[in-house]
Amino acid sequence: MTDGFQELRLEGVSRSFGGSDALADLDLTIKRGEFIALLGPSGCGKSTALNCLAGLLPLTRGSIWRDETRLDTLPAERRGFGMVFQNYALFPHMTVRGNVAFGLRMRRLPRAEINRRTDEAIRLVRLDEHAAKLPGQLSGGQQQRVAIARAVVLEPSLVLMDEPLSNLDAMLRLEMRTEIRRLHQSLGLTTVYVTHDQEEALSMSDRLVVLRGGRVQQIGTPEQVHTQPANRHVAGFMGYRNILPMRLTEGSIVEGGGLTLRGTKVGEIAAGDAVEAAIRPEDIHLAAHPGEGIEVTTEVVEYQGRKVAAEVRTPGGVLLHLRTDRALKPGDKAELVFDPDRLLIFPEGD
Amino acid sequence: MVALSHRLADRGIDRHLFLLVPATLFVAALFIYPFCYGLGLSLQPAQGGAFGAYREFFTDAYQRDTIMTTLKIALPAALLNVVASVPIAYKMRGRFRGKRLLTTVLVVPITLGTVLTAEGLLNFLGPTGWFNRTLLAAGIVDTPLTLTHNYTGVFLSLVITGFPFAFLLVLSYLSGIDPSLERAGATLGAGWAQRFFRITLPLLAPGLATTFCLTFVLAFSVFPSAILVGDPSGSTRVISIAAYEAAYVRYDYAAGSAAALIMGLVELIVIAVVLGLRSLLYTGTTSGGKG
Ligand SMILES: Nc1ncnc2c1ncn2[C@@H]1O[C@H](COP(=O)(O)OP(=O)(O)O)[C@@H](O)[C@H]1O
Ligand SMILES: [Mg+2]
Repeated sequence: MTDGFQELRLEGVSRSFGGSDALADLDLTIKRGEFIALLGPSGCGKSTALNCLAGLLPLTRGSIWRDETRLDTLPAERRGFGMVFQNYALFPHMTVRGNVAFGLRMRRLPRAEINRRTDEAIRLVRLDEHAAKLPGQLSGGQQQRVAIARAVVLEPSLVLMDEPLSNLDAMLRLEMRTEIRRLHQSLGLTTVYVTHDQEEALSMSDRLVVLRGGRVQQIGTPEQVHTQPANRHVAGFMGYRNILPMRLTEGSIVEGGGLTLRGTKVGEIAAGDAVEAAIRPEDIHLAAHPGEGIEVTTEVVEYQGRKVAAEVRTPGGVLLHLRTDRALKPGDKAELVFDPDRLLIFPEGD
Repeated sequence: MVALSHRLADRGIDRHLFLLVPATLFVAALFIYPFCYGLGLSLQPAQGGAFGAYREFFTDAYQRDTIMTTLKIALPAALLNVVASVPIAYKMRGRFRGKRLLTTVLVVPITLGTVLTAEGLLNFLGPTGWFNRTLLAAGIVDTPLTLTHNYTGVFLSLVITGFPFAFLLVLSYLSGIDPSLERAGATLGAGWAQRFFRITLPLLAPGLATTFCLTFVLAFSVFPSAILVGDPSGSTRVISIAAYEAAYVRYDYAAGSAAALIMGLVELIVIAVVLGLRSLLYTGTTSGGKG
């Protein structure tokens, strides 16, 4: 690595457009070699955060530090970060080789070294046969690999990727996901990876940052975020499809819509408070014996291989999503039990 | 009907193309017929055989030199228009407050027309115009500068009327270039000059060639300003004046038509050279990948 660092610190990084905050007070410390995912729905400020880091967008407030060097005052070309753009941004008039060699040429390295490192990078992304082609002659996946090779050939201290897989079809996306992981592990590149796909973020990253409306909701390992979402928005994003408005009666019992459920409290809540109870479809089970659970009627069924995803309605009119291996059909009656450890109770609002 | 249109489509004929017939006839009537008529006229001079008018044009230095005179005005004017448009359009390619107003100001001269421009030039730059009076009053010069009724006047007039065309074209070519390409260049360590010369300019160059051709044609057929702010019997005796004199002063229609056709031929040669050079450039897409 050309300019290795121990850590990269973002302190209160904010960016607003015409008075409204696209990104507000992002505090984050990235350790060398880490793979960080920025996760959130479209428009939550992920690209803004990435562009601020890259130097393509000036900050409104805050600062960025590489160890003890202040970075946010440097222009993009002096930061030495690699970036992979969502639309790849390959130079259409240069061959694959020309694209990959561009950054090395900008550094005025000796010709022999440029050739050696370009060849190496092209081989790394397995594009040897296509080295002399123009980007327009390549498929989406190949273009993506050129974009990655072009960014990593400089051995940057940090690689930024903005939804690099979002333009690929499902098969290729899985393949490239593994490929990016492989590159990250073999080159030890510190990476910030932007995505709106929770599965991608969970499977690839060492730590993930969940954003919403420009604000950080939670920072943690995939496991922490997956099992202990900090609030109902993160829960919603992490696959808690059932989010029910209810009221806390006592202890950790919630009531609402004709249901009385036991769950696990997250955060400060007192008896009588309005709450939201969240549970994943796979944590709602069919009762083993009749009379044990809550009776529901099946409305919509989606076949998903070994399981089915069903939409069911309680007598009180509450709609629930569940996944089961019983072959339910629309109109079927069933009885449900909820896993109390997996039913999270969040304060309402925020 | 479906069957017929399918059979036609199989042979690569789209019935909607027949909608082009009226326009094609219109072009034929307005352009091809006069062209053939002019060609016929130019080949029937009063004396000297079929090519007599052409031979006369090229043997008479007074006529022949109009080609060089016109090129000497039109080529630099077209070049300046294109070259000056690039940095201005480059600065204006993004979105910013007041862009529309600034564009309007830059483009307004298109609406003025040559005569109004000429009048303005005479008022402003003439021997007793504001410009010279200011220079005299400030003591910068002792005698007024001669900026009209000569080469400079025509040149300025061509820049004023030609620049807006060039600017608008270059601006639209520039906005067709994916802005993320330069951003990618920046993250790869390229400073602004390297980004411009290695990324933007190569992608813009084919558009610049086209723009040059268009402004060149505009400048080459200069007539009103060559007379109004130029020196129509001397340094700005352009080829269109030669054609006009032949046809409407000497009533020698063959000579007039021959001059007009020679004018068209010279234009074609210049355009062919420029487009030939353009074909050596990269002319593909200007976007950076799948959208
Ligand atoms: N150049 C810009 N001008 C004005 N608003 C912008 C600009 N770029 C982004 N925004 C706004 O900032 C917010 C965050 O945008 P962005 O970072 O692109 O979201 P994401 O990448 O997470 O989808 C959005 O509401 C967007 O409308
Ligand atoms: Mg984005």
